[in-house]
Amino acid sequence: MSNIARTERLDALRDSVRAIERGGAGAERPPVLPFGVAGIDERLADGGIAGAALHEAAGADAGMGADAAATLFLAGIAARLTGQVLWVLSRRDLFAPGLQQAGLPPDRVIYAETGQDADTLAVMEEGLRHGSLAAVIGEVGRAGLTATRRLQLAAEAGGTTALLLRRWKRSGADPLAEPSAAATRWKLAPAPSAPLPVAGIGRARWQLSLVRQRGGDIFDWTVEANDAAGRLALPAGIRDRAGAADRSADRGAGRAGRRVAA
Amino acid sequence: MDARIRGKDGRGVTAVVARPGYDREGAFWQTGRELGGIVKRVVDRSSGIAAAAARTSDVAIPLILTVRDGTRVVVGHACPAARALGIRVGMATTMARAMVPALDVRDADPGGVAADLHRLALFALRRWTPGVAVSDADGLWIDLSGVAHLHGGEARFCRRVLRFCARLGFTARIAVAGTAGAAHALTRFGGHAAPMLESGAEAEALAPLPIDALRIDPAAADRLRRLGVETVGDLIAMPRAPLNRRFGATVLRRLDQALGRVAEPIVPVVAQAVPFARLRLVEPIATADAIAQVIGDLLALLVVELAARGLGARRLELRCERVDGQAQMVRAGTARPNRDAAHLARLLVPKIETIDPGFGIDAMTIRAVASEPLGATAITTIGEDAAPDLTILVDLVAGRVGTHRLFRIGAVESDVPERAHARAAPLSPPAAWPAAWPRPVRLLDPPQRLDHVTALLPDHAPRRFSCRGHVHDVAHGDGPERIYGEWWRRAGEADAVRDYFQVEDASGARYWIFRRGDGVDGRTGDMSWHMHGVFA
Repeated sequence: MSNIARTERLDALRDSVRAIERGGAGAERPPVLPFGVAGIDERLADGGIAGAALHEAAGADAGMGADAAATLFLAGIAARLTGQVLWVLSRRDLFAPGLQQAGLPPDRVIYAETGQDADTLAVMEEGLRHGSLAAVIGEVGRAGLTATRRLQLAAEAGGTTALLLRRWKRSGADPLAEPSAAATRWKLAPAPSAPLPVAGIGRARWQLSLVRQRGGDIFDWTVEANDAAGRLALPAGIRDRAGAADRSADRGAGRAGRRVAA
Repeated sequence: MDARIRGKDGRGVTAVVARPGYDREGAFWQTGRELGGIVKRVVDRSSGIAAAAARTSDVAIPLILTVRDGTRVVVGHACPAARALGIRVGMATTMARAMVPALDVRDADPGGVAADLHRLALFALRRWTPGVAVSDADGLWIDLSGVAHLHGGEARFCRRVLRFCARLGFTARIAVAGTAGAAHALTRFGGHAAPMLESGAEAEALAPLPIDALRIDPAAADRLRRLGVETVGDLIAMPRAPLNRRFGATVLRRLDQALGRVAEPIVPVVAQAVPFARLRLVEPIATADAIAQVIGDLLALLVVELAARGLGARRLELRCERVDGQAQMVRAGTARPNRDAAHLARLLVPKIETIDPGFGIDAMTIRAVASEPLGATAITTIGEDAAPDLTILVDLVAGRVGTHRLFRIGAVESDVPERAHARAAPLSPPAAWPAAWPRPVRLLDPPQRLDHVTALLPDHAPRRFSCRGHVHDVAHGDGPERIYGEWWRRAGEADAVRDYFQVEDASGARYWIFRRGDGVDGRTGDMSWHMHGVFA
């Protein structure tokens, strides 16, 4: 009895020592962040978003809607992690109140503004290697295989999630056509949302495509967009509608409440 | 301290009484902070200060400085021209005005005068002697022990100090004596320009001076005068015991201090130098590794000095002196005061590549050009969950992209979306926005003008619009959210209204669009439609 208690205490102490050695943070951070949606997690080789790895997202087309969906998708992943997030900006169009509604309040995000992709990647690497951040999000136009491999190594070294938002350039070249060392690559496009029985606007939907993953297959989903805590959901089938109404009521409480108020 | 004041030759202390504003010739120049400008103008006009003084004294307007005495405003200082017209210090200002209508009246600035005196003391500390103290509102004590010969003797030193003060526009009086009290008395009440008092001769020299010269409080001086004690000599002749009983120990102590019977320590001003460390190298170095090594050594020295003073560095300046006489500068800043050598090295080492070593660097100096108090801080105990320390990351990234390009974004109290956010320091906690209304994740700045909008006025979202040549059919819409202009910023916003709608087009993309105007009243806007943001 006392032996077991002592072993447990020793284990707990070892964990704390490990946590201190790792810089005091992230000791209890799970290595994999599941989406919490069975239909998505079971298709992913890691069962979710691997913690110390690079993940990429881009809009499926050059439209503003697709770009904003990719932004929100990455913001939702960062929001579901615990800790500070470094967001490396290349343009000045990010709107912080919108991020707060995706689950990233202003006291969780530090912004760094850079002029060029090279600076963005260097600052991202700095943030990843520091090790006490939850995630580093970078917006780039181009990032080659070498750059993404460096990011992947930095993410592993710092135990930090690296999220790369590839933005469409004016030339119209697909940003995900470039080779990359990322663990997963996602492509997002807005999808028509389900009509409400009354006038108004419901929860947004995205066409979510996993276009590449290490050790797994590609897949497509139509998902309901992030809620206020950054969680995705799969749309309920017609047969499940009655049950889904309850679920979506608590999931999208904020959104529904706003609509009624408007 | 006594021995130091007396010095080896018995002559230690010089008192400089700088009386700002009063010129020997009678011209009033200026006091305090304005002094520099006025003197410069006078010197520009004529070849020398004396000539200028002679000229200005012809046309001098009587000038007084006023001070507050309780509820009364009285004359604090009067220039010789004013005194010649009968104005006395302590007289009510209104009375002085009545006597001399063309009087120049200004407020006294005791704080400014004290600051200037302190600066003068610091200057004396750097240039003349290691011991300088501010004696009172208008005087300095300069400890001359062992340094007079460096300035060519006491007499030449006094002339130099007087010339220096004259160049600054101060009229100064100076005296050298063996005790601080005697020097103080002689400067203010002694007769000729620069009395040099031999040590031991204090009693004779001070005897004819009034008792006010002894720095005793005015009430005691009044009572002594009522007893017929007018001069210091009278006081010396009095029996000590009754004096002590009647006037307390202060009068006797001041007398003894002036005569050198008891010690009077002076508290010298201390110049706060910038913490720095400097290393001269035996052989010139040029490689990045060697420079990094020296930076480490310099920082180890610097943090010891910072720790001794209880400071943390905010800005560092590394100066590399090359063998050809050129100097290379590297600068780094920290977000919080810091004296961790490893942290500071991480900020400086990445900048080595900007140093051009030329034929080699033979000396390096590191200076904490800005530092702030930094006490001891508690580190967390085992088992406690501490917020991660982002200081190092913030400093590193700020050093790479620039301090102003690393920030948080916090809320500003404004309903107008583009004004509702502002940048804040990366380590400060920013304010959050009220979560009541949907906000897009990308904001277009400036808003994009929409064409061919089909909408039912006044309250409905548009059915169709075209943006940058693309036609969007609206499937769902929500709104309006009405935002009023901020009339306190611009007159043009007094009636302005924007009605915001969230719309989803046929592809599912969601936009944040607004209409200028409320759809009814033309004064509220021109009914043009704009896209302001994108949700998804």
